[in-house]
Amino acid sequence: MLDLLFAVIARDLKLALRRQADLVSALFFFIIVVSLFPLGVGPEMDMLRKMAPGVLWVAALLATMLTLPRLFGDDYRDGTLEQLVLAPQPLPVTVLGKMAAHWLTSGLPLTLLAPVLGLQFDLSADGLLVLTLALLVGTPSLSAIGAIGAALTLGLRGGGVLVSLLVLPLYIPVLIFGAGAVDAAVSGLGFEAHLSLLGALLAGSLFFAPWATAAALKISLE
Amino acid sequence: MNNRLINWFKFASPATFYPLAGKMIPWFVALSVVFGAAGLYLGMFVAPTDFQQGEGYRIIFIHVPASWMSMFIYLVMAFWAALGLAFNTRLSGMMATALAPTGALMAFLSLWTGALWGKPMWGTWWVWDARLTSELILLFLYIGFIALQSAIDDPRRADKAGAVLALVGVVNIPIIYFSVKWWNTLHQGASVSLTKSPSMAATMLWAMLLVALCFWMYSIAVALGRARNIMLERERHTEWVRQLLAGKES
Amino acid sequence: MHWNSASEFFAMGGYAFYVWGSFGVTALIMAVEPIIVARRRKNLLSRLKRQITAENLAQRSEES
Repeated sequence: MLDLLFAVIARDLKLALRRQADLVSALFFFIIVVSLFPLGVGPEMDMLRKMAPGVLWVAALLATMLTLPRLFGDDYRDGTLEQLVLAPQPLPVTVLGKMAAHWLTSGLPLTLLAPVLGLQFDLSADGLLVLTLALLVGTPSLSAIGAIGAALTLGLRGGGVLVSLLVLPLYIPVLIFGAGAVDAAVSGLGFEAHLSLLGALLAGSLFFAPWATAAALKISLE
Repeated sequence: MNNRLINWFKFASPATFYPLAGKMIPWFVALSVVFGAAGLYLGMFVAPTDFQQGEGYRIIFIHVPASWMSMFIYLVMAFWAALGLAFNTRLSGMMATALAPTGALMAFLSLWTGALWGKPMWGTWWVWDARLTSELILLFLYIGFIALQSAIDDPRRADKAGAVLALVGVVNIPIIYFSVKWWNTLHQGASVSLTKSPSMAATMLWAMLLVALCFWMYSIAVALGRARNIMLERERHTEWVRQLLAGKES
Repeated sequence: MHWNSASEFFAMGGYAFYVWGSFGVTALIMAVEPIIVARRRKNLLSRLKRQITAENLAQRSEES
């Protein structure tokens, strides 16, 4: 079981590294969206500091959104996905591996980049630390929940826009607790509760999302 | 036991359900009109003026029923979806598809009347209150469901994909509701309390319940009508549709 | 009866815009939705009938 998981992760990582342009463009999207906000609302540091958690988290959601069609899209086009679905190995485990690979190539780089962008918004050291922690715990949920949407919209016209319609409402709890953790840290309150709720969301989505995604993949490939 | 099972599946076939639904619709329309007339009479003519909100509070008689229905219809939709996935019946998917637009309209009505109520009472069209925000998210979930189904050409796939989405949504609704509620108490923005006075007069409660029943019957009638359309469209090549149309011609 | 006159009823104690705005849009939606469903049904029936007639004609011309 674990062998299968790691094999899928290794394969997807290898494929992703061959297409570095895709990875980098999602990251640049994140940077650009975050940098646009000060230009839109003005350079007052007080306001920016207040907005930072929300802006960074919403930008992270959108950047994850952009990478979702890639999660199953390439394998779907070249027929690999059909083989994976028909294979005797349990599909939810395969799907979990693909989610993990997706997180390693989208969520993790965002997490590492976020503190640097937080500096643009003059976040305190505490704020930066909690922002990184919250993204670290929260972004895997985004990959897991997003996979359901990606599987449902496989091969449909306008799949990219459709995925955001389906998935963004489901991302709201992660957004609330993720941005809430940073908010709490910046204003000197306890942020542990937010982080543990993010952890609970992660546990829940890692448990349920592989099954739902596997069911959705079977439906889409019928 | 076995006989009864077969009977149920007989009604699950479109060929038998189509005429049955056709017969049921007028009854539900009639019930809806009766309940609506009674509820509005109680609400608009009998119920006394609220001592705090004047006559403006009368919006409650459609606002609350619409909110109830918007949530209830989503649950019913998820129920049909689960049934469709479990037993692979054609009818379940059709019912879920038929319910979605009505549910979305109820969610919209709830938001619309809520805004028109909020403006005179709190001085603003919209507050980021937990209930309003969750209702908005519920509307988004309906829109996602409708968009997904209309993007898929194959009806079988549309049914099943919609069913998975509806079930994922129904698992998420409580999580979304509690997270929004928590978020709201943390931010304490407008500090507008939505809780009504607990001593709501019995007439008001009755009026609200009657209008809710009216909306319920209306939703069933419209959903059945829409389900009939979907059946005709999807089964147009089958024998029973041909016979039906031939019968209509003569 | 709670109201003294019709005009008082329609004024809704100064909340006419909000109350009638809510009830009006609700009534509008609940009138338009069934009409849309009914019209869709009419179009569907006439289209399917035309299809069947066309198929019957094609069959007949093949036989003759």
